[in-house]
Amino acid sequence: MSRPAPVIEVSGLKKSYGDNVVLSGIDLEIQAGETMIILGGSGRGKSTLMRCLNGQERPEEGVVRVAGTDIFKAHPRKLARLRESMGVAFQRGALFTSMTVGENIDLPLEELTELPESTRHLIVRIKLALVGLEGAADKYPSELSGGMQKRVAFARAMALDPAILFADEPSAGLDPVTSAGLDQLLIRLREVFGVTLIVVTHELESAFTIGERIALIDRGRILAVGTPEEVRASDHPVVRHFLDRQPEVSLEHGERYRRWMTGQ
Amino acid sequence: MPLRGGRLRVGATTAQIVSTGNNSLWLVALISTLIGMILALQSAYQLSQFGVTGLVANLVAVSMTRELAPLITAILVAGRVGSAITAELGTMKISQEIDALTVMGIDPVTLVVVPRTLGLIVAVPALTIFSSLLGILGGCVVGVSVLGLGATGYLSDSLGALVQQDIWGGVLKGLVFGLIIGVVSCQQGLDTEGGADEVGRSTTRAVVRSIVLIIAADLFVTAILYLRGLT
Repeated sequence: MSRPAPVIEVSGLKKSYGDNVVLSGIDLEIQAGETMIILGGSGRGKSTLMRCLNGQERPEEGVVRVAGTDIFKAHPRKLARLRESMGVAFQRGALFTSMTVGENIDLPLEELTELPESTRHLIVRIKLALVGLEGAADKYPSELSGGMQKRVAFARAMALDPAILFADEPSAGLDPVTSAGLDQLLIRLREVFGVTLIVVTHELESAFTIGERIALIDRGRILAVGTPEEVRASDHPVVRHFLDRQPEVSLEHGERYRRWMTGQ
Repeated sequence: MPLRGGRLRVGATTAQIVSTGNNSLWLVALISTLIGMILALQSAYQLSQFGVTGLVANLVAVSMTRELAPLITAILVAGRVGSAITAELGTMKISQEIDALTVMGIDPVTLVVVPRTLGLIVAVPALTIFSSLLGILGGCVVGVSVLGLGATGYLSDSLGALVQQDIWGGVLKGLVFGLIIGVVSCQQGLDTEGGADEVGRSTTRAVVRSIVLIIAADLFVTAILYLRGLT
């Protein structure tokens, strides 16, 4: 079976903040229409990787191609058009607090399309229904619960019918029932719209529920990438640690702790 | 479409003008009146030594219009409106709202910076004119109640003392100061990184920088007007 060209192609991605190396050479291919989970512990570079993929962050080295275009060399206008094909749902929603839910979803439509107002209102209602929040258009984000805000964030990210949807920690800070609901929502978005879904998470359960492929990232490197079964079967020690939820007590760590305690 | 990305955003600009006025009108009125009164008393002290107390009206009118009204207005607006802009944009930045705009392909500068700055460029000169009038009225109150001058005589002396350049000079300063407040406040807001404490720090920095730049620009504009013979 020959595979089509990947929609996102990452090679040799390196990024550091000062002395702190966050990404040390990432290679990854994401196929159109698949759901790729970027899995890893806190502070292991998964959010930074996502920010590099959608062009929020500029890596020191490496290439990111979206639909064949190198996003860090693209003309600003081309990049802006590319961004319209990518939706991002932020970790804490990042809704515009001074606008109602409806206005939040309407903003990209108003700014980036020439659609008449009546059409835009219809789209807003459709997107809200899609995330199960019919009738919330006139509420302000502060009147919604955390889970509902995330749903609105998905509705806004989907406003322009993007081909690629990024979700940063969709279940962070939510109770298990709400986060399971969000997982179902993501699966439905993929099934209904065929979007390429890129989800950054540290939640094993939602990773294995929604993921078609999983990339496990640790200390700026991808340790394992493959279907949930392949990743589950991996015998890489760090992968096992993460999947078996064992606390990390490496020798190096213990040594550092001893030195810190004894001041030597 | 030609309009795409280049809309004038009349609504947002008007909103900024209205909120600038709402937030600072009474403050500017109060402070300008008080300054006008103080100025009248201080100049009366000097002028009475030469027996020309009647010139108080001219002195207050000219110094308010050319210098004090633009300066007071700009400093008050920087503290009252500029700080609010920085706090708002800073909060938007740390809660990723600005990032959200960028990844949508919407330029935050055209959406949030331009209307706010344009609003200030319109509102500050308008408030400056208002401030001059109130300063003159404050001087008149002192002139009538303390210095024993006639109210109509005082006001007609005030208006007679002003030439067109005085008024245009004041308005020009207002324009420049409005631009400074807008650019500095937005820039400090958008450059905020980190948490809530950083929003506070950016806000303080925006006000301090605005005021320093306003006074430096004041000297610059005054010097240019003077050297061009528009005195």
